[in-house]
Parts: sequence; structure tokens; C-alpha cells
Amino acid sequence: MSTATASQTIGPYWHLIEDESWADLTRFGATGERIILTGTIRDGDGAPCPGTCVEIWQADPAASDSFPGFGRANTDADGTFRFVTLRPGPMPGLGNTLQAPHIAIRIFARGLMAGVVTRAYFEGDALNDSDPLLTSIDDPALRGTLVAGQDAPGVWRLDIRLQGDGETLFLDV
Amino acid sequence: MSDPIPFRPFVPGTQPALNTPAYLSTGKRYPLRAPHRMPQTITETTGPVFSPALFPPSADLTRNTTGQAALGERIIVAGTITDEDGRPVPNTMVEVWQANATGRYDHPGDQHDAPLDPNFRGVGRVFTDAAGRYSFISIRPGAYPWPNHRNAWRPTHIHFSYFGSAFATRLVTQMYFPGDPLLALDPIFNGVPDPAARDRLVAAFDLDITQPDFALGYRFDVVLRGRGATPMEG
Repeated sequence: MSTATASQTIGPYWHLIEDESWADLTRFGATGERIILTGTIRDGDGAPCPGTCVEIWQADPAASDSFPGFGRANTDADGTFRFVTLRPGPMPGLGNTLQAPHIAIRIFARGLMAGVVTRAYFEGDALNDSDPLLTSIDDPALRGTLVAGQDAPGVWRLDIRLQGDGETLFLDV
Repeated sequence: MSDPIPFRPFVPGTQPALNTPAYLSTGKRYPLRAPHRMPQTITETTGPVFSPALFPPSADLTRNTTGQAALGERIIVAGTITDEDGRPVPNTMVEVWQANATGRYDHPGDQHDAPLDPNFRGVGRVFTDAAGRYSFISIRPGAYPWPNHRNAWRPTHIHFSYFGSAFATRLVTQMYFPGDPLLALDPIFNGVPDPAARDRLVAAFDLDITQPDFALGYRFDVVLRGRGATPMEG
């Protein structure tokens, strides 16, 4: 047996595999509650990180021919990504627990030797208070880095700070 | 519903540290706080399924841009994708991208003074077969300078993106070529602490993959995370 192959940075030229349509998870005709998930990625100086590869995955609604569950987006010159997707519902947790609706996020970039992972939860969701992951984070400010706020109806924002003040809580998955 | 079987944690030293000072761009980007440990849930143990019908394969990078032949030394890259228990990973999508033979990416951000090849975009997509095997045809990429430090040159490499069966198995890496003198000098390659894990990023010249009168062959086998407890060593 062998251990998993080592990661290397995605580098600055990953756009060669970018397909802008992948940022819209509803493009195959999915129906449901459409939402926008957007945010700005910043580095340790607070400077925006353009050209970053942001990937999302959600286990709900279940992936199908009309809904891939997976999306990939570039960040623009302002470091901002934008996905169109369906709002997830609650998902089973371990044991008999229930997870609050959330979307998994992985960020690849020049200067990141491997992808970093976090989650977007939805502010105000009644299940957030009993979500196994959120309740395992003692510091409310840290917990808040995983909770998207609503900019406008259906437009959810999760800004991500890679390093420094307000650093996002990344997850060891 | 029973709990999903989690994927194993990475073996220490086999993955690069996010804080790799010799690679200067990591300095303002690596998270200072250790990642929050959490058990894997259905979110991490499931993942996207890409069908060749919706994501068409394109396995000949020497011909997939204009139909005309790209310039450079033709190569075949082939290998097997398995998990840490040696089980093949079938029907999984593999994305590749690379510089052309002169060491130039067909990308507006690449301003290296080396010629583009109008017949080489440098992008491919393949799927593994039932036995986890993949292959594609390309051009041996050139080395190119980068601004990390004085006289810094990236070793010849091809970028790879793998999905595997779950969010937890996602991998983006780079394949290098054997005998490249730039490997010893490259902070990205050397960012993997374990020498054996590092060396597995170097493809092997393979005469069985080499096609007579056509192209040299290189083998690049990849291992994605396995599930469950680590088996006892025999």
C-alpha cells in the first residue's frame, strides 16, 4: 500500500481548465430555491486575491443529471467569486444528529500548497444552533466566519480571509 | 442511516505545509491557525460525479486546439489511479494543463518571452477506465522562469486535477519529469517534506508506454485517500 499522492499548488494558470458556466450549478435545468453565494477572498494584508479557484460541493439537494452539486468559480479583479446554486436543506450528521444547511468550499490558489476547506452556513437558520460542527467551535467570532449573511433576498455573502485579522476558520477534513 | 466511513488522515510529512517560506507567495496566504478538526460527514464522504457525456474527454493535446499538430517532443502520459489500499479508482475525471514546448502557457497572465504555439492550448480531460487507468498524448512542456527568487526556473511539469469519489479525495498536483536538474532547486517540489512522497511526483520513463516511431511514454501513478482504518502492515 501507498500513501496519498502529495498536493502541489494549482498555480496562476489554472484558468486553462476554467469553464465559467461551472459557477452556475443550475445550468442543467435544476429546479428549486435558487440562491447566489458570493464572497471576497483576502490575504494576510487584507488585499483581495484575484484569480483564485473556488470550488463548492453540497450533498443536498442530491446530485443528479440536472444538478451537479459541484461548482467552480474564479475570483475577479476584486477577489470576488459568485455561484448560482440551489439552497441546500438539512443533512444527516453522525449518529442521530442533523446538520444545518451548508455548502462545502475549497480554495486553491497560487501561494497555497494545497486546497483549504471551509463551509458556508446560512445566517438565521434555526438549525445552526444545534449543528454539530458550529456548536463544536467555542469562539463565536470564529464560528461566524463560517456563516454567510444575506446581502439581499437570496444573495448570500461569505467573505474569506486566508490569514490575519478575521482569519476564516478552515477545516481539517 | 449509518455513519459514513471516513477517509484516512494524511500521513505526516507526505503533504506540503501551507507555510512553505521558500515559496514566497505562501507568506501572506497560509492560514496562521491550525485547521479545526471535525469528523467527516456526508458532505465530505460524497462528491461530484462527472459524466463523459456532459464533460467530454479530450485526450490528445497535440491535436485538440486547431486540429493541426502542435510543435514539440510528443509524449504519452499514462498511469493508474488507486486509493491507499491499492484499489483502482474507476471512471473518475482527470484534468490536465501545461505550458507548451517553449515553456509558455496560453494564458494572459503568462508574459514569459517565449513563443506561443497556435496549435497548442495545453488543456486536456480524461477519465479513468474500470481498472483506474488513464492516458493522454501531449507535448513535453518547457521549463520557464518565475519571479520567486533570482534566476528561479520551474522544473518541467504538468498540472493535474483529480476528484476521486468524494469531496475528501480531491487532489490538485503537478507531475515532474525524471532527471530534471531544476527539481533540486524548486521550492514547490521541495515543499513536500518526505523525500519518498516527493519523488512520487516524478513520472517514470516507461518503454511499455512508449510507442515506436511516435512518442516517448511516461508513467504517472497517483494514489488518492483511502477509507477506514489503516490496514496493518503485513
